Amino acid sequence: MPQWIDACATDDIDEEDLIRFDHAGATYAIYHSPEGDFFATSGMCTHEAVHLCDGLVMGHLIECPKHNGQFDYRTGEAKRAPVCVNLKTFPVKVEAGRVLIEVP
Amino acid sequence: MGKRDYSMLGPDGARAVEIGLAAAEWYHTEVPRKQMKELMQRSDSPAIRDSVILFGCMILFAGLGIYLWPSWWSAPFWLAYGVLYGSAMDSRWHECSHGTAFKTPWMNNLVYEIASFCMMRNSATWRWSHARHHTDTYIVGRDPEIAVMRPPEFFRLIANFFGVFDSIAAMQRMVYNTFLGVHPEEKTFVPQSEWPKVVRVARISFVIYAATIALAVWMQSILPLMVIGLPRLYGAWHHVMTGLLQHGGLADNVIDHRLNSRTVYMNPISRFIYWNMNYHVEHHMFPMVPYHALPKLHEAIKHDLPAPNRSIAEGFAEMWPALKRQLKYEDYFLKRDLPTTAKPYREDFHAAALGAVATPAE
Ligand code: FES
Repeated sequence: MPQWIDACATDDIDEEDLIRFDHAGATYAIYHSPEGDFFATSGMCTHEAVHLCDGLVMGHLIECPKHNGQFDYRTGEAKRAPVCVNLKTFPVKVEAGRVLIEVP
Repeated sequence: MGKRDYSMLGPDGARAVEIGLAAAEWYHTEVPRKQMKELMQRSDSPAIRDSVILFGCMILFAGLGIYLWPSWWSAPFWLAYGVLYGSAMDSRWHECSHGTAFKTPWMNNLVYEIASFCMMRNSATWRWSHARHHTDTYIVGRDPEIAVMRPPEFFRLIANFFGVFDSIAAMQRMVYNTFLGVHPEEKTFVPQSEWPKVVRVARISFVIYAATIALAVWMQSILPLMVIGLPRLYGAWHHVMTGLLQHGGLADNVIDHRLNSRTVYMNPISRFIYWNMNYHVEHHMFPMVPYHALPKLHEAIKHDLPAPNRSIAEGFAEMWPALKRQLKYEDYFLKRDLPTTAKPYREDFHAAALGAVATPAE
């Protein structure tokens, strides 16, 4: 049953940056885009088991810290080798200064 | 540990997977996120400046070499051109494969393709082999880019200062890929979706080399090969010299880059040719940091790293005797002291390797 989870405050994440959020044994990455919007994806790279939270956000791309693979974090689309498999994305909403993500 | 099997399909690779050495979590020095974000920032301008200098010099030196050919007065220009072709292109290939040289992706890709061709590397295959080198740095049977295997083969090492074995292997592989497809070893680290690209790239290279050889035959001169192909041999010495220092004589089968990689201070010309990869521990710990920010990263984390060698000569003086010792004792390696400000090596993590014949570096 999908549910909305309170992940963090809006000002916990700098613009054009991300943080790691762990919940119920799963790890997520929450992004703050340069336009001020929020997005959420699975927290691990699809190439190897590496946390994306140490990576670099450039515009709408997240670059993995291990081999510099890139994803569009809005859609999860794999954009640069060595990543080939898309990243899972999750719905996000902002309420009263809090970022909520919908997890399965 | 005894005899090592470096094949990607051999028992050592399988063992590394079994005991969790493959794709393991590696040691990282802690750097505050804000500082790391600044260090990771991309920019086009340093790499554009360096590329204009590099390609400008290559055109100039090759032009003078051709103009003065076949006089011996052309030799210095060929030597200079060769180092830029057969060595500087190695570091360009490397940095662009990470996508960190330029901020603009097409610029990275363009220089990556040119540099791969110059270095006789299949641009599709080597992107993946290098990813594996970063996942499993010097893990025997997993890392396809181990430059000095144990026991070291000195004849091969020295011959490679002139690109001999590397070029022969590259040409054989290019012909294999052109006519027979992807090699079984390559299939262990190149995803299937990329196999057609491996073959396409090999065929393009094959056609260029065939055309160059045909031109040389038609002209009855090796001049075309002095421009394309041979510089990979006569100009290789610098990238082999700096490349050996990266990991030579240090530990294998560990998951702390401070144990298996070496940082060496170098003169500005070598640093231009090598694009700052002399900060090699730093690069392996944080591959997201572009080459132009590595000196700053070094300042930020040197308190946690073994002291760098102060020159290329000092690096060789440390490494060469260790390589010679590995002829007799394959398990021998240098274990460099950490400064008192550093977090200690995790002996429990590396019991298997550190229990081998480690000797503190002088
Ligand atoms: S682990 Fe993310 S690109 Fe390799």
